[in-house]
Amino acid sequence: MRLDSLPLGQSAVVVSVEDRPQVGSTDVIARRLRELGFVPGEPVRLAAWGPIGADPLLIQIGFTRFALRRSEAARVVVSPQAESAA
Amino acid sequence: MNALVERHVALVGNPNCGKTALFNLLTGSRQKVANYAGVTVERKEGRFVAPSGRTVRVLDLPGAYSLQAASLDEAITFDVISGRRADELAPELLVCVVDATNLRLHLRFVLELLALGKPTIVAVNLMDVARRRGIEIDLPRLQQELGVPVVDTVAVKHGGAQALIDLLDRQELPRLPPISVSVDLHQRVRTLLAAAVRMPTQTARIDDALDRWLLHPVAGLLTLAVIMFLIFQAVYAWATPLMDLIDAGTAAIGEWVAARLPEGPLAGLLVDGIIAGTGGVIVFLPQILILFAFILALEESGYLPRAAFLLDRMMSSAGLSGRSFIPLLSSFACAIPGIMATRSIQDPRDRLATILVAPLMTCSARLPVYALLIAAFIPQQTVWGLFNLQGLVLFGLYFAAVLSALLVAWVMKQWRRGSDEHPLMLELPSYRLPHWRDLLIGLWERAVIFLKRVGGIILASTVLLWFLLNFPAAPADATGPAIDYSFAGRIGHAMAVVFAPLGFTWQICIALIPGLAAREVAVASLATVYAVAAVDEEAAAEALGSLISSDWSLATALSLLVWYIYAPMCLSTLATIKRETNSLRQMGFATAYLFGLAYVASLITYQLASRLT
Repeated sequence: MRLDSLPLGQSAVVVSVEDRPQVGSTDVIARRLRELGFVPGEPVRLAAWGPIGADPLLIQIGFTRFALRRSEAARVVVSPQAESAA
Repeated sequence: MNALVERHVALVGNPNCGKTALFNLLTGSRQKVANYAGVTVERKEGRFVAPSGRTVRVLDLPGAYSLQAASLDEAITFDVISGRRADELAPELLVCVVDATNLRLHLRFVLELLALGKPTIVAVNLMDVARRRGIEIDLPRLQQELGVPVVDTVAVKHGGAQALIDLLDRQELPRLPPISVSVDLHQRVRTLLAAAVRMPTQTARIDDALDRWLLHPVAGLLTLAVIMFLIFQAVYAWATPLMDLIDAGTAAIGEWVAARLPEGPLAGLLVDGIIAGTGGVIVFLPQILILFAFILALEESGYLPRAAFLLDRMMSSAGLSGRSFIPLLSSFACAIPGIMATRSIQDPRDRLATILVAPLMTCSARLPVYALLIAAFIPQQTVWGLFNLQGLVLFGLYFAAVLSALLVAWVMKQWRRGSDEHPLMLELPSYRLPHWRDLLIGLWERAVIFLKRVGGIILASTVLLWFLLNFPAAPADATGPAIDYSFAGRIGHAMAVVFAPLGFTWQICIALIPGLAAREVAVASLATVYAVAAVDEEAAAEALGSLISSDWSLATALSLLVWYIYAPMCLSTLATIKRETNSLRQMGFATAYLFGLAYVASLITYQLASRLT
């Protein structure tokens, strides 16, 4: 499952971040996502989404919240977790 | 002697780590803000004297998530740290600032910095917030694991950086243990956190509660609208008494000078030109400061990124980004700080698009022009039993400007279609109460930027206009008004041919020349032109408003109003675009498209209005 198709409020664990094929260079967005902490095993949660078209997504990762557009979030492969006690 | 050698320190850290607040606490008002040569990244330097008498020079580097730069800001940070900039001495000591409540993200960057092998101190900032949230950080353990000095700081508390200052004051620089770069940084961060940090919950409950409300699809947008409304109300309501005071002060100074100088062109230059012109610009300072007080407070509190989150989809469909919201909002006070604020937009194309439409936002310098024309031509009457017609026209002008900006941005997006995607990836930091010190220092910087503009450009343009209006003098046997013989008169008559289809008189054309320097100058210029052109004293004494309402048609007034929505009549804005894009071509493009739009829109307005009325 990808991060952009996670239901609202659902927790998950990052499996991987996939590079989008780029012409002649690395995928800067994927690299930045990894630097921001989207690395295998990291718990994430979809905290909210934007008012129009449910875009962008508000992702809680660790102690940080990031607003990601759907296309950015789609690079992150996650595996949903059973709801843990918050 | 040796103890007095100046120490050169750089503050580095992630965005939102409280780095600038710490910088303000360390250096107070002893700061210099400039640009790095050739680029548009702000360079902040300050200094303080440590207890031993040693001067410490502090550089506040732009926030960065990684040394693998993804923006201009991050590239500068990397270049300065690694000594790659020829114009900047590489710092001897790095103070790496981390947010105690966000160590997972920030420690990764610390590890990246340590791998550079430069002397480093880690400052764990916002320790007070961490303690309140029940986060326990074992600083000695962290120091042992990292192998560099670790101190705690509370940037918002007096004396909150004492431990850091003591460390900076030491004779020798901290030595670095060898660090292997090949380790997985995230894995290392997890080990560090497990060893030195105890964490009760993932985030603060108050953030969750506030976000549930402020990011709500309906309640969130509604709150944003209310906040915007309150800001604009405050800008106009609170500024008025201050503006009246400045107006009265300017008039008093003018009279005082006029009474002490012999009548003649010099007195005219001083009183009508320089004093009135400068006063006419300073009068906007209260509005700009009030607007910026709000923007700074919203920024410090962590709300502005939330506003960007709410508006991103809307703005991105027009070819902008949620991040464009802040610069465009600032442009309602003045496009210059607005364009400068685009530095926070990482994507270069989004940034360029924002810069190019920022001059369309109705800045406060347009208000005197709008106010003069609306008061003179739009009757004071109530429409539909509810609205004030003058207010409606003013609203219409603002609305037309925003609509045009969205359209222009959309057209530019179509133009560059096919290019790869623009990232948002925006961090929404924890909510914080803004600190008065940071607000005051921020306001002071804005005030200086604005006043410098008054000093230079306005003064120069006033002198130029005075020269154009008074030379060459009319011959002794002149029959018409003196202005017909001056340079300004000749230029005005020549320009009038081009602007006749827009309904502009030759007096308007003359006023447009100095008005190129700044929009608000046009009002003073019109007054000067009519005063000089008047054949007798009585006509000159009449108020400008009633003068033009008898001299111009309604169509001309409407056409001029529309002209001012678009025309880039502000040299400072154009100069800022040149500086911020580092490109004459972009500045030329902005100038050409804005004048083009202004001409076409005014042409349509005048032709329609003169047929209908």
